[in-house]
Amino acid sequence: MGSTSQPDTGRGALNTMDFSVIANNLSYFLLGAWPAGPLGGAALTLVLSLCSALASGVLGLVLGVALSMARGRTRRTLLLVLGFFRAIPALMLIFWTYFLLPIAFGLNVPGVGTVIVALSLIGGSYLAHSVYAGISSLPPGQWQASAALGLRPLQALRHVILPQALPIMLPSFLNQWIALIKDSSLAYVIGVGELSFVATQVSNREMVFPTEIFLFVALLYFVICSSLELGAGAIARRYGTAGKGT
Amino acid sequence: MIQINDVSKWYGKTQVLANCTTRIGEGEVVVVCGPSGSGKSTLIKTVNGLEPFDQGSIIVDGTSVGAPDTDLPRLRARVGMVFQNFELFPHLTVRENLALAQVVVLGRRREEAYARGQEYLVRVGLGGFADRLPAQLSGGQQQRVAIARALCMDPICMLFDEPTSALDPEMVGEVLDVMVELATEGMTMVCVTHEMGFARKVADRVIFMDQGAILEDCASEAFFGNPSARPERARQFLARILSH
Repeated sequence: MGSTSQPDTGRGALNTMDFSVIANNLSYFLLGAWPAGPLGGAALTLVLSLCSALASGVLGLVLGVALSMARGRTRRTLLLVLGFFRAIPALMLIFWTYFLLPIAFGLNVPGVGTVIVALSLIGGSYLAHSVYAGISSLPPGQWQASAALGLRPLQALRHVILPQALPIMLPSFLNQWIALIKDSSLAYVIGVGELSFVATQVSNREMVFPTEIFLFVALLYFVICSSLELGAGAIARRYGTAGKGT
Repeated sequence: MIQINDVSKWYGKTQVLANCTTRIGEGEVVVVCGPSGSGKSTLIKTVNGLEPFDQGSIIVDGTSVGAPDTDLPRLRARVGMVFQNFELFPHLTVRENLALAQVVVLGRRREEAYARGQEYLVRVGLGGFADRLPAQLSGGQQQRVAIARALCMDPICMLFDEPTSALDPEMVGEVLDVMVELATEGMTMVCVTHEMGFARKVADRVIFMDQGAILEDCASEAFFGNPSARPERARQFLARILSH
């Protein structure tokens, strides 16, 4: 009897898993209250990630270029600002923007905007250093040759330096963006209804299915992050041939 | 064409250029030689403002290089420069390497720039290489492309910074041939080089530098023909590089 009870318990544990809770709330997981209410769930996670990925990319590129061209006091100030945003936890920046700005300046910042701004500032600061490193990795002769042909610094950057440096930077961008997708779950602390938030809501309402719900949430994050990685890999392979000349 | 007046430069406390004065006339070919660390590369790079200098003045075709209101990129577009390490743009084909500055700086149409590029590629003997990437060329070929790239800008003079130093010996000749041809066509050229054969053949003048100073500036026949009249350092240098 003892010998048969072992596999029984195993099957029993699996049997108690009930994924109908996912099916019943699928639309809420994926879209939140939309279309009746505001967009939420996985879709909002995507929107948050996309907006902050874009903003952090632009910010990182601009600040990284500035870092590589600035000298003296401007450069030191820039390093200080970047250091600040890299040093504070994302959670704290979200709290500050959301709770302190209204108190200090009377500005009422919407939750979604807060999260996008916070993630973009932090991601942008990390990326600025990657961009700077990528630009610095090129031999100084490339700048000199560009200058000797009469190109102005921004022209050299656009036509000579960045086309060579960006492929080098791609892995850093990818890392940063994947970290950023996962950090978007921090939006949950200020009540933004993204994936983690709605998952917690459903879990609290249903009480007995946390395992099923958070397994599903993990799967969704995994799918989103992996698609980004696969997509970027495909792009890199397509444009990578030009970079092989280096 | 090029006037260098009493130019000095310091890296911190080390003086790398010491009161250099010379002038280079239109169509003149001048070879700058001297031991390594003598400041020859630094001097040639001050001519198009790639290296700033602390004292003196440099006038290129009427434009003062060191003046704060000088539009350096505009001046550089008119002064061709060839580097020791070629410095082709590795992400661009030979065709695009030649066309880039013509389009971006001179505002030429792309087809016009391609045509001009092809013309100079043929002249340096690489007419069939327009679609290659720099990494697919030998060092000598890359340097010839680099010369063609500079010529595409219709420069008023050409600066060569040790153009053959990074080349395997068997490729030195093909690059020098192109330079000799340019010289005989009347291009104004300043060449930092140790190729004394080239200097003897086409140079009008030889400038010898040591420790940042111009020790000798004379016609090349005098420099090679009458070594006993040269300064001690120049004699030693010549003896050392001509002994092999």
